[in-house]
Amino acid sequence: MPESIPPANQLTKMKISHIIGIIIIAVAIGVIASTAGDASVYTTFTKAEQMKKDGDDKMIHVVGKVQKDAQGRITDMLYNPAIDPNHFEFTLIDNENRAQKVVFNSPKPQDFERSEQIVIIGAMQDDHFQCNKILLKCPSKYQDGKLETTEHEAKTAQL
Amino acid sequence: MIHTTVGQLGHFFVILSFVTALVATAAYFISALGLGRSLQAEAVEEPQLAYAGEANFGNKKAKHSAKSVAKAAMPPARDDWRSLARWAFYLHGLAVVGVAASLFYIIFNHYFEYHYAWSHSSKALPVQYMIACFWESQEGSFLLWLFWNALLGAILIQKAGTKWEAPMMAIFALVQAFLASMILGVVFGDSFKIGSSPFLLLSEAMPEAPIFAADPNFVPKDGKGLNPLLQNYWMVIHPPTLFLGFALTLVPFAYCIAGLWRNQPLEWIRPALPWTLFGAMILGIGIMMGGYWAYETLNFGGYWNWDPVENAVYVPWLVMVAALHTMLIAKRSSTGLKTAIILSISTFLLILYATFLTRSGILGNASVHSFTDLGLSGQLLIYLLVFVALSVLLAARKWKQIPSDAEEASVYTKEFWVFIGATVLCLASFQVIATTSIPVYNKILEAFGKISNLALPADQIAHYNKFQVWFFVVIAIITGIGQFMWWRKIEGKKFEALITPGILTLLISAALIAFGEMKNPVYMALLVASVFALMTNGTILLGVIRGNYRLSGGAIAHIGMALMLIGVLYSAGFSKVISINNTGLLISKQDEFTKNDNKENKENTLLWLNQPEKMGPYQLTYRGQRIEARDMPGYISRNDVEVIEGDFHGIALRDLEQNGKLYHKKGDTLALYPENTYYEVEYREPNGQIFNLYPRAQVNERMGLLASPDIRHKADRDMYTFVSSVPDPTAENKWEKTETYSVAIKDTFFLNDYVAILDDVARTNEVDGVEIGASDAAVRARVRVLDKNGEHILNPAFVIKDRMVAHPAEMSDELGVRIQLNEIDPRTGKFTFAVNRTQRDYIVMKALEKPLINLLWIGTLVVVLGFLIATIRRYREFSKMKGKLEA
Repeated sequence: MPESIPPANQLTKMKISHIIGIIIIAVAIGVIASTAGDASVYTTFTKAEQMKKDGDDKMIHVVGKVQKDAQGRITDMLYNPAIDPNHFEFTLIDNENRAQKVVFNSPKPQDFERSEQIVIIGAMQDDHFQCNKILLKCPSKYQDGKLETTEHEAKTAQL
Repeated sequence: MIHTTVGQLGHFFVILSFVTALVATAAYFISALGLGRSLQAEAVEEPQLAYAGEANFGNKKAKHSAKSVAKAAMPPARDDWRSLARWAFYLHGLAVVGVAASLFYIIFNHYFEYHYAWSHSSKALPVQYMIACFWESQEGSFLLWLFWNALLGAILIQKAGTKWEAPMMAIFALVQAFLASMILGVVFGDSFKIGSSPFLLLSEAMPEAPIFAADPNFVPKDGKGLNPLLQNYWMVIHPPTLFLGFALTLVPFAYCIAGLWRNQPLEWIRPALPWTLFGAMILGIGIMMGGYWAYETLNFGGYWNWDPVENAVYVPWLVMVAALHTMLIAKRSSTGLKTAIILSISTFLLILYATFLTRSGILGNASVHSFTDLGLSGQLLIYLLVFVALSVLLAARKWKQIPSDAEEASVYTKEFWVFIGATVLCLASFQVIATTSIPVYNKILEAFGKISNLALPADQIAHYNKFQVWFFVVIAIITGIGQFMWWRKIEGKKFEALITPGILTLLISAALIAFGEMKNPVYMALLVASVFALMTNGTILLGVIRGNYRLSGGAIAHIGMALMLIGVLYSAGFSKVISINNTGLLISKQDEFTKNDNKENKENTLLWLNQPEKMGPYQLTYRGQRIEARDMPGYISRNDVEVIEGDFHGIALRDLEQNGKLYHKKGDTLALYPENTYYEVEYREPNGQIFNLYPRAQVNERMGLLASPDIRHKADRDMYTFVSSVPDPTAENKWEKTETYSVAIKDTFFLNDYVAILDDVARTNEVDGVEIGASDAAVRARVRVLDKNGEHILNPAFVIKDRMVAHPAEMSDELGVRIQLNEIDPRTGKFTFAVNRTQRDYIVMKALEKPLINLLWIGTLVVVLGFLIATIRRYREFSKMKGKLEA
């Protein structure tokens, strides 16, 4: 069979390999562009507010600590499952020391009180930060100085 | 007493395994060099073994001359270096076994003076989970990896034959030296540390701990115990399987490197192929076991979360599958051969990259379950870079020796379609690794002095899915066309043979879409593609099985994949939340409650004890807290035992029986799993059938409260339930201060926000725990409490016994009320009740329905079967060929 292939056919075949090459490159570029586009950033509440003003509703990561009083008790935290098990709010202080009300439409993560550092993922909304996911870093009792991370998500997995 | 001997012995074995690995590397290297020189003159080519004897498409421009194979067989000269290397490697294997045995001895005997036993085990830990302790930590999992590599190496020394042994085993031994160095635990100077030893005494691991200043010989009474999430049978078998998969990626890599080294860029494929198939099967099983464990144990509601740790093994697996496909066409297509070489090398390097990602701490807060940083990141990076450099340099140097095709494969050849399939698999893996590596980009930019604050996508699942779905749509279609090409159903460049399965696909998909009311075009595409893969591969399977069932591996594996895709599509795409909570909307008029986009977040609902709630088609009732006894089936009520503080035993507060059999009498001491609390949730189906689910919450000192789901498996769907919030089960019941009510009969009063009515007070002769004699008197009040679902009756008693007054309290967990009849005033006819209120017991739970998830597990088993059949077939071919070569 190979001997009987006319040159014209060979030409079309050359094209096929080129077309495939181009498609692969196109998909790879698409992948990279989408990774860059979907990638979130670590930022602060002030920046998040600015983004909201600019009409950018992209979800962002904010790192901070829960607001506590002198005795180490968490202040301004609200979770009352009897009224609404899907409403949890607390105040987070970001790395620029700005306090901000945060609302999480899911039950309160069980080890929330023990957490040292918190990463919230979401976006600003009017007067509060609406968060979709909470990453908690709890001090590990035994491994001194090391933090363990747990993850809490508001939404369900969708295909 | 501190048992130092076993630790020293273990440490000695570690050092021995490291040294012997180095010796084996060097000796095999020298042996391979000697072999290489004698061979360079006669480049060998195996005779072309045509696949089922079809026409030769690829028409290769072979540079080297075909020589008689028999001549190439090794001259049986003595090779002292090889003997030395062999013995060194065998000794290395024994040393690895010795390390594992020493470590297990320490764990099994509860030598808590050792950091490893103390931090991963405890006296309460059942024996089967002591095995799981082994790999909870990094050192143990390195050990596991070492063990599998040593075992595979020993098999290959026996089986690979003289011409492959030296170069392959040099690679093996080098890998082993790197792995052994990870657990070496040798410190040079003050800070330069190589590896982290599992045999550190507690006082060596944490010398600053104040207790050791006071008492240098302090030995803790008990260990911290194993992470309860890992106390699961899947965690006993998932890590060994996964690490066997890791180890198996080394075999094709070593064959490939040996082939390049020996200037035989094609010949390595035949012996490596069965290993690649077997490796892809084991690695795949390992991944799916991890998924099943997550489904059963974690409560994110699925089996796959696109977590970086999951991605880190998914990527090499995809590449490995792509590699084995290109290996199948390597003989006829040099493009295929070149790709097979690149992909076999990449698979192993990606495993090393995955190891680096998950163990160096670079993922930091990006992942839930990466290991904590042991300070090995530098060592891991060197390990990765050494193998990257070695393989890239070698491949580049030998690249010219790989023959190239005269012309490229036509669209009407199997080579073309297999190659395209492999390409799509690689693109799919590229997409995942490109995103998963975001924390690495930050680190690289930081190294150049830039500040980068990139984070993983906020919605990772959506990000990965939007690509992976389409990649798998294409892959599913290509498996169908590719199989038709492979078995030459498509003749004369016409795709007519595909018409029948094509029509069947359209009919079946149309029916499924119409009946399932499928509206999402992405789902439709995935469904059509999967059904097409089922129809085409099914057609091929029917044909092949009539001929020779041994050749059916490919078709079966592809069918399994199609079933998995359909299972994924339905279980994830049509997963339905049953526990939709509407009460929040009614109670609060705040904006955020009423806004539409929050609706989907109202997926958790509150159940009060014994108060039925209607949810979807079910009626759900929370029936109370349960606990598991070690020697009894099922669950017992938490109120029936009193757990001994700081121990795993408890005392029975009443006779404990299960299914009519008495297990423990009141007052007996019994062994429990006290860290687990189960929450019994009763499901009443529309047809009146009842089943119970027992979602679990664990109290863990290290991790707080951990919830695990309980799943009801039905043929067509799973009912998945977990508690998302519960009152702390370890907290004591707090009673609020006493309130008193003085009421007359038929009066109404408020009791913990309920309306209560004192119906009656009557004489009684039976009061629990009090014997009523002839001279004694007892009365019982009947208090009727109205709640949403009906009435509760409380019967507090008032007893005069031996002229003493007693008023035993009556409690209701449902109402959160304790009531006593304190006074009876005959003059006014008023009865005084003392009432204490407490937090009513409740759970916040979420329930999901996952349709057709069984198709995913069935599909997995079918894929495994397909891989197994293909592995056996390729191994037989290889054995036959080897027989011919040696003959």
